[in-house]
Amino acid sequence: MSDVSQPAAHPPVTDWLNDFDHTDPQWTEDPFPIWDELRAASPVVHTERFLGCYLPTTYEAVRAIANDPEHFSSRRIIVRDARPEITKSAAPPITSDPPVHKPAKQLLLPPFTPDAMKKLEPRVRAICNELIDGFITEKQVDAAARYTKHIPVRAIAHMLGIPESDSDLFINWIHMILELGIKDENMLLQAVHEMSDYFSAHIEERRSRPTDDLISYLMNARGKDGQPLEEEHVLGSLRLLLIAGIDTTWSAIGSSLWHLAHTPADRERLVAEPELMPTAVEEFLRAYSPVTMAREVVKETTVSGCPVKPGNMVLLSFPAANRDPKMFPDADKVVIDRRENRHAAFGLGIHRCVGSNLARMEMQVALEEWLKRIPDFALDPAGSVTWSQGTVRGPRQLPFLLGKAM
Amino acid sequence: MAERLKVHVDPDKCQGHARCKALAPELFELDEYGNAHEAGDGTVPAGLEDKAWLAKSNCPEIAIDVIEE
Repeated sequence: MSDVSQPAAHPPVTDWLNDFDHTDPQWTEDPFPIWDELRAASPVVHTERFLGCYLPTTYEAVRAIANDPEHFSSRRIIVRDARPEITKSAAPPITSDPPVHKPAKQLLLPPFTPDAMKKLEPRVRAICNELIDGFITEKQVDAAARYTKHIPVRAIAHMLGIPESDSDLFINWIHMILELGIKDENMLLQAVHEMSDYFSAHIEERRSRPTDDLISYLMNARGKDGQPLEEEHVLGSLRLLLIAGIDTTWSAIGSSLWHLAHTPADRERLVAEPELMPTAVEEFLRAYSPVTMAREVVKETTVSGCPVKPGNMVLLSFPAANRDPKMFPDADKVVIDRRENRHAAFGLGIHRCVGSNLARMEMQVALEEWLKRIPDFALDPAGSVTWSQGTVRGPRQLPFLLGKAM
Repeated sequence: MAERLKVHVDPDKCQGHARCKALAPELFELDEYGNAHEAGDGTVPAGLEDKAWLAKSNCPEIAIDVIEE
């Protein structure tokens, strides 16, 4: 494995309409004007990069693709430089198509209902307050490094029944898979191996000492045939829950705090009207949707009148759909009391995010606890905000000044 | 005379976003998978009409009908 060449650097984009690249620094920094430009030009655009990839730019086109698993397969869900062979049941159900998808999805749904999340909520509130205790007396704080980054990883570790203290390990795997893995196959494979070994050890432990957690739940689950799931299925689902549940919500909480840091009117309103928080959370999800998924075109078809050919990937940008002014009046404005909000932050159709109720609860709790204890904060002009690259977008450095005396 | 409303969730379209349950908990119920259906026969009690429309207009899957009787 050591003689594989280094990943190729991508040339900077000069023609977004015919040569888009979601790993370009300009996209990472501020994708919104790019999406507006592309949407004005066509509902579907194409790039030769990533061995060929389409980008739907409108809500309508994104919805059509999400609801059409016959032409758009989920067997590949990250747009990358390489398209290695598919391994069997990589991470069901997110990498599954009908008819395999439904039973795998139904297996994961019961632990993530709104009622199940209510039981987890006190632990998440405690996690938030433990983190705030760690920096409340400081004037300057990186809210990404000290707060947002740690909340979802600890919550999902709690649900899975693995030590919250292993968080840094999980965060590193996710970085290797979702960011470095776009251009570096070895990095991705290494992370997948390490995760599988980690979970195998936890499964082994539970054979002699069963626990009341998600790992045991999956070990005890039965497939359609009444038999226990194959270990590879259990491992794939565990990898999925860990990967999907962490930097996604970390990004959503971070983007929301970033917005509140530089929008005092919204911050003051949420402090004065805490009952508005669930509505505001939906608007943050729309305006700063963190997750861009992907599909692989497996049959020729058309989307919004544009021909789409097999052999290409599709960058399924729910974030771009959520900024479509045809669907959302004042789409480029954050309206924290927006009443009608059919946003697609958690996807549309059969692959709706399994953890959407968890993510919503974590966002609401993280913002509530922060605002209760830190009603006044602002971006630190001496620092710089940096954003993650690729599949999940959110602030990775969030330098804040805390308190009124700034 | 005020019209009576009924809500209905199309089970083939619902994907369990649970927005209706959050916005109008009196009018919708969730099953063990988190998928929604209308409470009872879907009749909207007087005073909850706004919540019925709100649930419909926030369903990402366009799975909710509000029927005016």
